Amino acid sequence: MVEIEIDGKTLQVADGSTLIEAAHQLGAYIPHFCYHKKLSLAANCRMCLVQIEKVPKPMPACATIVTNGMKVFTHSEMAIKAQRAVMEFLLINHPLDCPICDQGGECRLQDLAVGYAESASKYGEEKRVVPDKNLGPLVSTDMSRCINCARCVRFTAEIAGMMELGQSFRGERVEIMPFNGKTVDSELSGNLIDLCPVGALTSKPFRFSARSWELSRRKSVSPHDGLGSNLIVQTRRDKVMRVLPLENEDINECWLSDKERFSYQGLNSQDDNGRLTKPMVKQGGEWKEVDWNVALDYAAHALRDVAKTHGGAAIGGLLSPHATLEEMYLAQKLMRGLGSENIDFRLRQSDFSADGHRHGTPWLGMKIADIGKLDRLLVVGSFLRKDHPLIAQRLRQSAKRGAQVCVLHSADDDLLINLEARAIAVPSQLPAMLAQVVKAVAELKGVATDAALTTVGAGLVDVNAAKKIAASLVSGGNVAILLGNFAQQHRQAATLNALAQQLAGLLGGRFGFLGEAANSVGGYVAKAVPGAVNGNAGLNAVAMLKDPRQAYVVLGAEPELDCADGAQALAALGKAAAVVVLSPFKSQAMLDYAAVLLPVSPFSETSGTFVNTEGRVQSFHAATKPLGETRPAWKVLRVLGNLLDVAGFEFNTSEDVRAEALGGMPEFVSGLDNGVAGVAPNLTASANGLERVADVPIHFADPLVRRAPALQQTRDSAAPTARMNAATLAKLGLVAGERVKVGAGGTAILTAELDAGLPDGAVRIAAAHADTFALGAMSTVLTVEKV
Amino acid sequence: MLIDERGMNSEHDMLSPELSSEALAKIDLEVAKYPVDQKQSAVMAALVIAQDEKGWLPKETIAVVAGYLGMAPMAVYEVASFYNMYDLQPVGKYKLTVCTNLPCALSGGVHAADYVKQKLGIDFNETTPDGKFTLKEGECMGACGDAPVMLVNNKRMCSFMLPEQIDKLLAECN
Amino acid sequence: MALIDTINPLLTTGWSKGDAGWSLKDYEARGGYAQLKRILANKMSSDDIIAEVKKSGLRGRGGAGFPTGLKWSFMPKAAPEKYVVCNTDEGEPGTFKDRDLLRYDPHSVIEGMIIAGYAVGAARGYNYIHGEIFEIYRRFEAALDEARAAGYLGQRILGSDFSFDLFAHHGWGAYVCGEETGLLESIEGKKGQPRFKPPFPANFGLYGKPTTINNTETFAAIPFILGMGGDAYLNLGKPNNGGTKLFSVSGHVNRPGNYEVPMGTPFAKLLEMAGGMRGGRQLKAVIPGGSSAPVLPAEVMMECTMDYESIAKAGSMLGSGAVIVMDETVCMVKALERLSYFYYEESCGQCTPCREGSGWLYRVVHRIEHGEGRAEDLDLLNRVTDNMMGKTICALADAAAFPVRGFIKNFRSEFEYHIEHRKCLVDPEVQRMGSGFFKAGAA
Ligand SMILES: Cc1cc2nc3c(=O)[nH]c(=O)nc-3n(C[C@H](O)[C@H](O)[C@H](O)COP(=O)(O)O)c2cc1C
Ligand code: SF4
Ligand code: FES
Repeated sequence: MVEIEIDGKTLQVADGSTLIEAAHQLGAYIPHFCYHKKLSLAANCRMCLVQIEKVPKPMPACATIVTNGMKVFTHSEMAIKAQRAVMEFLLINHPLDCPICDQGGECRLQDLAVGYAESASKYGEEKRVVPDKNLGPLVSTDMSRCINCARCVRFTAEIAGMMELGQSFRGERVEIMPFNGKTVDSELSGNLIDLCPVGALTSKPFRFSARSWELSRRKSVSPHDGLGSNLIVQTRRDKVMRVLPLENEDINECWLSDKERFSYQGLNSQDDNGRLTKPMVKQGGEWKEVDWNVALDYAAHALRDVAKTHGGAAIGGLLSPHATLEEMYLAQKLMRGLGSENIDFRLRQSDFSADGHRHGTPWLGMKIADIGKLDRLLVVGSFLRKDHPLIAQRLRQSAKRGAQVCVLHSADDDLLINLEARAIAVPSQLPAMLAQVVKAVAELKGVATDAALTTVGAGLVDVNAAKKIAASLVSGGNVAILLGNFAQQHRQAATLNALAQQLAGLLGGRFGFLGEAANSVGGYVAKAVPGAVNGNAGLNAVAMLKDPRQAYVVLGAEPELDCADGAQALAALGKAAAVVVLSPFKSQAMLDYAAVLLPVSPFSETSGTFVNTEGRVQSFHAATKPLGETRPAWKVLRVLGNLLDVAGFEFNTSEDVRAEALGGMPEFVSGLDNGVAGVAPNLTASANGLERVADVPIHFADPLVRRAPALQQTRDSAAPTARMNAATLAKLGLVAGERVKVGAGGTAILTAELDAGLPDGAVRIAAAHADTFALGAMSTVLTVEKV
Repeated sequence: MLIDERGMNSEHDMLSPELSSEALAKIDLEVAKYPVDQKQSAVMAALVIAQDEKGWLPKETIAVVAGYLGMAPMAVYEVASFYNMYDLQPVGKYKLTVCTNLPCALSGGVHAADYVKQKLGIDFNETTPDGKFTLKEGECMGACGDAPVMLVNNKRMCSFMLPEQIDKLLAECN
Repeated sequence: MALIDTINPLLTTGWSKGDAGWSLKDYEARGGYAQLKRILANKMSSDDIIAEVKKSGLRGRGGAGFPTGLKWSFMPKAAPEKYVVCNTDEGEPGTFKDRDLLRYDPHSVIEGMIIAGYAVGAARGYNYIHGEIFEIYRRFEAALDEARAAGYLGQRILGSDFSFDLFAHHGWGAYVCGEETGLLESIEGKKGQPRFKPPFPANFGLYGKPTTINNTETFAAIPFILGMGGDAYLNLGKPNNGGTKLFSVSGHVNRPGNYEVPMGTPFAKLLEMAGGMRGGRQLKAVIPGGSSAPVLPAEVMMECTMDYESIAKAGSMLGSGAVIVMDETVCMVKALERLSYFYYEESCGQCTPCREGSGWLYRVVHRIEHGEGRAEDLDLLNRVTDNMMGKTICALADAAAFPVRGFIKNFRSEFEYHIEHRKCLVDPEVQRMGSGFFKAGAA
């Protein structure tokens, strides 16, 4: 610690702090543009110049390291003069038309100009004009406003991991631009909008739709991946106009992924596939808009009839893992009240053999913030950058600090992380591959290997890659294994779970699951899984579709896109006598299979709770009133419970529901435990033929994001193709670019594409997409032929 | 003799953005000057080699250099656009750069530029219609004692460029 | 062949044979590499070498005049990876001495760098060579090959346990790369945008490792200093201004060229050596230390001696030793306009005051020169320079500001005339004649 004085106030600050950090500690504000706590120092804007005793020149507070006894003056004549000088320079070439600028009202330059600029500039020359750039559907440019702080450039290189923007040329002609007219395609690109202190980079979807001071701000929580990013939802007249990050260092830091930032557009979707705003029932094959009480009666009747005639077990409940804790809790209660134990929210999971063997609720296995403290990591089965953009970002920073990150997966996508080692194998070999890592670690540690592992067919897998990973893992102190969405959706997910547990045990490290959805932990807590209340009874998400039920309750999901086997789901729903759908959105598929459609609120129109992947309980209020006749789902379920005479549905508020579900209001839920017992690893690679590698594209992962138009125009939303490596293409006699017919359960016609990052014998075809759901299961063998 | 290393590799396909194996071999020699984990240090030299081969630096070739050195294309473009002597637009077969900075200007630098302009019928930053000459205004070349000075194709410095010498130089360029 | 004359040739001893005297055997014949051999044979201590350099009073020849021995002593002893870097970027208008050093005597620089590497504990060096002097870069590489072949560079030099290798890095047209941290960025394969300091290169230099950077002429002086001893070198010049210095004299003299004279030599003597004023015209003004140094009027300059203190006292800087001589035919507004254009063109663009201010300065001076000046423009220029100076990462902004302030301060009436009459004080025809084609060397 050193002692310094700022404007006469003495304070203690940590060694190596900068003056701007020290001032921040004091609550004093030093004007700045280029400085950003998450970015490398540029010290180029010079706005933060302050006076330091015995130093003849003003010094930049952002880059000056404190020394003991330093006396700093942020408002002395020298400091003010320097700051005014810089402000004048910044303004000479900056358009002074704040009233027509989209940043007006939330512009750093505008704010500071008020305090630091002279009233009239002496600049009488022509102002510089800089051509605008097309950065894609999300970020709009007005480059003449740019003050060249280069925050954006540093962001793309340092945080997003790829230098998509640069500052070209020099001197007065410097210009921020992408290479060769490219767009910015990072899944984190929207943060550029927040980072730009002026109106040079603004939100394209939001552009000119409102002025910042007209907006109300509501805190909320992201309904997408398991991170649970904290949001500020900005509304005007009960419409969500914009979503911004709410800084939370433990969760999303100051960032949002583009999905989290721009999915709000889906909240306002109005087309045939858009928001469902009126209750509807199907009568004689015709859809009718009806009053709520009619629709609810209809739904209750339908369910009661099936339960009466066929028994409660003839009903299945499919819940979206993006539904709130309260919704899931009431839904399972309703199902169980009807006598059904067939309830599940793990819609894309295909292996449930760990059910009944779990020690507790599967979770991240650590706090999110602790990820940054790991020094050795193995990520198994994850399209990390697209499935968990901000966790990928954390790992990127860790790797830069010297942590070693290894990957075991079926696709070698560029994570923009400096990887220590990687092993890429077809899906059926992932367990054997992980077993090899376990074996190699055991050898390195001199521990006897589990008998089951010695039988792993070494010829099947790339043993050297496994050894390299093992060598990395044993070389560090703080180790973790993280199982991604792909691992959780894998046909041998339980085996991967058991092996990860074994590996973590050998290493004295931790292991955990990267939660796929906002309530991947919350679903367990809400008991929205079969057997959670009545032992081993009940059918899981796959079983209740494979063995079709008479009736289904669907909450917030589009099963044909959100289930492990969309084709199977659609077939089962189509055959059912009654499908009751609670959804914020409508779709043609729903109109086909449903008997009643109940419009329920998306996250922005209801209070509720998400339990994020680290088990943190995050509740939120509605940001707007429900749209049209939409009602919060927890209320709809409460009425259904009452109509069906199910006991225990006397709730006045969603808080009451939460209190019952959680038994209080803890900061973190209890019962988190990734351990399994009695799961024997199944290591026989069983696939014969071409194996499908199914990713869930980032902007197709849930019903809300699928309806966000700007996100649908990004490169990440390009139509699915059939990707193969060169050897596989050659073996099939295919050339990239050719149309191919892919066959599995059903067929799809796709374009063959070269992807050097895939193992031999793998065909990567995205799931959760209208073009491919007919193929059926996400993990399957395929045939591919030229059309 | 003119040092004209541009387009030296006549076998090479000038329309393709790719670099010839000779050019890549030259880049390898440059890479070898730097510590093994600092390949990027060779980017300036690599761009010079690429410019020599292509006559200028199309963006596609910049991307090729980036790929070869494992850099982001934007990072290479930043370099290519920062340093004056990279040509991001096509130039004539002979690029003449005349120093007009003050020390040279005191000893005929501007006169030399004017003389060339008049002889070739072009102004600064223009190329003769036959594509042979491009004229550029240069900054100090560190040869002020030899004013007027001129640079031919970035690599050959010509000193004491009085009208007679300029005539001779232009005649040599064919 | 640019050098015309010297008093006490030291650095220029090898220049007499012109382009025929640069090779290794010539250098060895002049006693070259003897100091390196002596150091290695006697296992001289690093401290002793640095002490000798300190004693010599050698001050960096790149412009700032920082004591070289002191700079070397800042290098951390223990660091495992260190670098020595030579600055031959020489882009400051008026400076052309380093080019001739490498052209006529590259081995003196190589030997100086090897000795520096030995003294600071570096195993690798780079010489950053100005983009426009490709032939010189080639020559330096040829000299490196010779030195490598002769065992002066590489592993276990001359059988000692000291290893050092040296490479040339060729610039490609950016004045700011002469600034030492811009230069380091450039070697690292980036834009040459200077770094904020501290940390200084001695702690965080090339690739983030401790690095000593000196000017070409500074390194070239090292073998001579060790040869004659620090005291003898110091005595060549005057206290605190050790040794001889190369002055690049350009502009309206009869014999522009490099002149090596002892520090403290009267300017009048230097002017005489350079053949006096061209065409017998009147001296009007001199920029004594490269274009960044404030211009001095003739009468002030004629009283100066060529050393750091004397020139500083007169209100300018010795800088890189580039002496730009202007006679009565020069329009001071036009001269400043050209220099201001240079800084506007060469600003790297990162710092707000430099990026915006350099263009502002140029535009206003340009306006005045083109008869569109306004009465308040001189105050405006002074205010803009005031707002630029001392507020940026590197000194280029100051370098852009100094000439403006110097010209206005010393030739204010000429600027006022220009603004008032919307034309030059000096008749344009006279200007044209005065800066016409000139056959150097013809007295
Ligand atoms: C804009 C700018 C340009 C410079 N150009 C040069 C140059 O061309 N050559 C040089 O040796 N030093 C130049 N310098 C000075 C260097 O930063 C550095 O001080 C010098 O290389 C140190 O060497 P020395 O101690 O031997 O003088 C420049 C400085 C600035 C701010
Ligand atoms: S002062 Fe000018 S040249 Fe120097 S770093 Fe700043 S912008 Fe670049
Ligand atoms: S915030 Fe310090 S220089 Fe920009």
